[in-house]
Amino acid sequence: MSLSEPIRRANEAAAGQILVVDAPLTLESGAVLASYRVAYQTYGQLNAAKSNAILVCHALTGDQFVADTHPITGKPGWWTTLIGPGLLIDTERYFVICSNVLGGCLGTTGPKEINPATGQPWGLDFPVITIGDMVAAQVKLIDHLGIEQLFCAIGGSMGGMQVLKWATEHPDRVFAAVPIATASRHSAQNIAFHEVGRQAIMADPDWSGGNYFLEDKRPERGLAVARMAAHITYLSEVALHRKFGRNLQDRKAISYGFEADFQVESYLRHQGASFVERFDANSYLYITRATDYFDLAAEHGGRLAEAFRGTPVRYCVISFTSDWLYPTSESRVIVHALNAVAGNVSFVEIETDAGHDAFLLEEPEFFATLKGFIEGCARHRGLI
Amino acid sequence: MVAPGSRVLDIGCGDGALLAYLASEKNVDGRGMELSQAGVNACVRSGLSVIQGDADNDLPTYPAGAFDYAILSQTLQATRQPRQVLESLTRIARRAIVSVPNFGYWRVRLGLLATGRMPNSSLLAHSWYDTPNIHLCTIRDFLGLARDLGLVVEQAQMLDRDGQPWRFRADSGAANWLAEQGVFLLRQAD
Repeated sequence: MSLSEPIRRANEAAAGQILVVDAPLTLESGAVLASYRVAYQTYGQLNAAKSNAILVCHALTGDQFVADTHPITGKPGWWTTLIGPGLLIDTERYFVICSNVLGGCLGTTGPKEINPATGQPWGLDFPVITIGDMVAAQVKLIDHLGIEQLFCAIGGSMGGMQVLKWATEHPDRVFAAVPIATASRHSAQNIAFHEVGRQAIMADPDWSGGNYFLEDKRPERGLAVARMAAHITYLSEVALHRKFGRNLQDRKAISYGFEADFQVESYLRHQGASFVERFDANSYLYITRATDYFDLAAEHGGRLAEAFRGTPVRYCVISFTSDWLYPTSESRVIVHALNAVAGNVSFVEIETDAGHDAFLLEEPEFFATLKGFIEGCARHRGLI
Repeated sequence: MVAPGSRVLDIGCGDGALLAYLASEKNVDGRGMELSQAGVNACVRSGLSVIQGDADNDLPTYPAGAFDYAILSQTLQATRQPRQVLESLTRIARRAIVSVPNFGYWRVRLGLLATGRMPNSSLLAHSWYDTPNIHLCTIRDFLGLARDLGLVVEQAQMLDRDGQPWRFRADSGAANWLAEQGVFLLRQAD
């Protein structure tokens, strides 16, 4: 029994509700998962008509603990400003569901879990998964909950990709879709940054070809570097400068060495160090790969509009001015494709200097837009 | 001019007042386009389907016949390519409703003649250096463009300074002198 086993068991205990699907899932790669588990959290009550369900799709390093305390970090959930009793997504009115994605590391089947065929953690034997596979696993969860049609699917970044996949693959099962700070495909720049992160992990000797659990190791340095590099892409240059400038960390002068002289260095090191406590390195490889492979147009003969043809879904696309990871131009591509099929779409670009991470923050204009859209849809759906 | 239950695109919809009115009073399936973030936010907040965009860049993305009506109110003169915009409008909608301020209005003409300075009226309330109105025209100019594009003018309503309808025909000399603005219902020829 490896040292990491207790950690894994603790994670499992912390994972919340678990759906075990004892039926094979054929992945987009052609590989088959004989069975799998989906860990999820729910908030509020499903109404009698089962018409008030909102699926929240989490981003790359997010998880199902969207609106309550995180079991590992003890910190508030990542959208507690948005979701809860009396809040914008009011859990006294809506039934909110959030599940850990396939390939994730907080209870849903992923590379950290045990491969039933070998009795060992999957490691790199885990099949490569896609955004479509993540959604396919979520579909089983929504089926299990007896929900015919989601009132709304909402998510930012990679969560927005899942929203797009849901709404285009299952247009009759999604009344309203809110893809935020996202894209219909990964750009070369997106892929490039992910590749830096993956190479950092794989360059760490403790990664051990992906079998670190078997050797009681964890590639913490590599994963931390991956997080540090990625974290820069979540912030804008302006915000980074405003927050840190060239301020020095706990010292009055530069040290002529390689300590964290600057506050921004100290901040990034902290981001890296805290991330490795809650995230699995192999999961990071698999999930970044899934987003790199995402290309909604390619799945529809190269024309994105074809993905939306005849769609009854009401879309609200939101982007942020200072987001250079998923810039507004990417959202406009989605909006124009929806226009091309005369889809029902609203689109707002929110003015902020918070960068990509703005979707996780309480930006007043963002919240006001979201509130208006959800209330408008709720009226059309007869929920208010 | 808008029939009940129709599909309408309002370009330059501002805070969505017209769309909200059409939705509630005429059961219209309305969409909007607005340049300002404040305007778009106000619209989406009130439950309207509105995208942030402009006539020059975003109209070409719609398919032919997507709407029954496309409304462009007091905006054509602020577009970079009025000719293309008018073509797009009549392509994506079966009918376009376009209103334009009349630069041939007597007060505008007299203002320039008397003061020697660029006209500044209630409909053209900007100084020459900060006006968004870069392609001004007269009623006669507008009708000329519609004719060049082979468009059918189904209705034309001349409005006076208070927005009240005049009885003049749009193609009359009187209209080109006396109307402060014109509202036109246009479509492509069959």
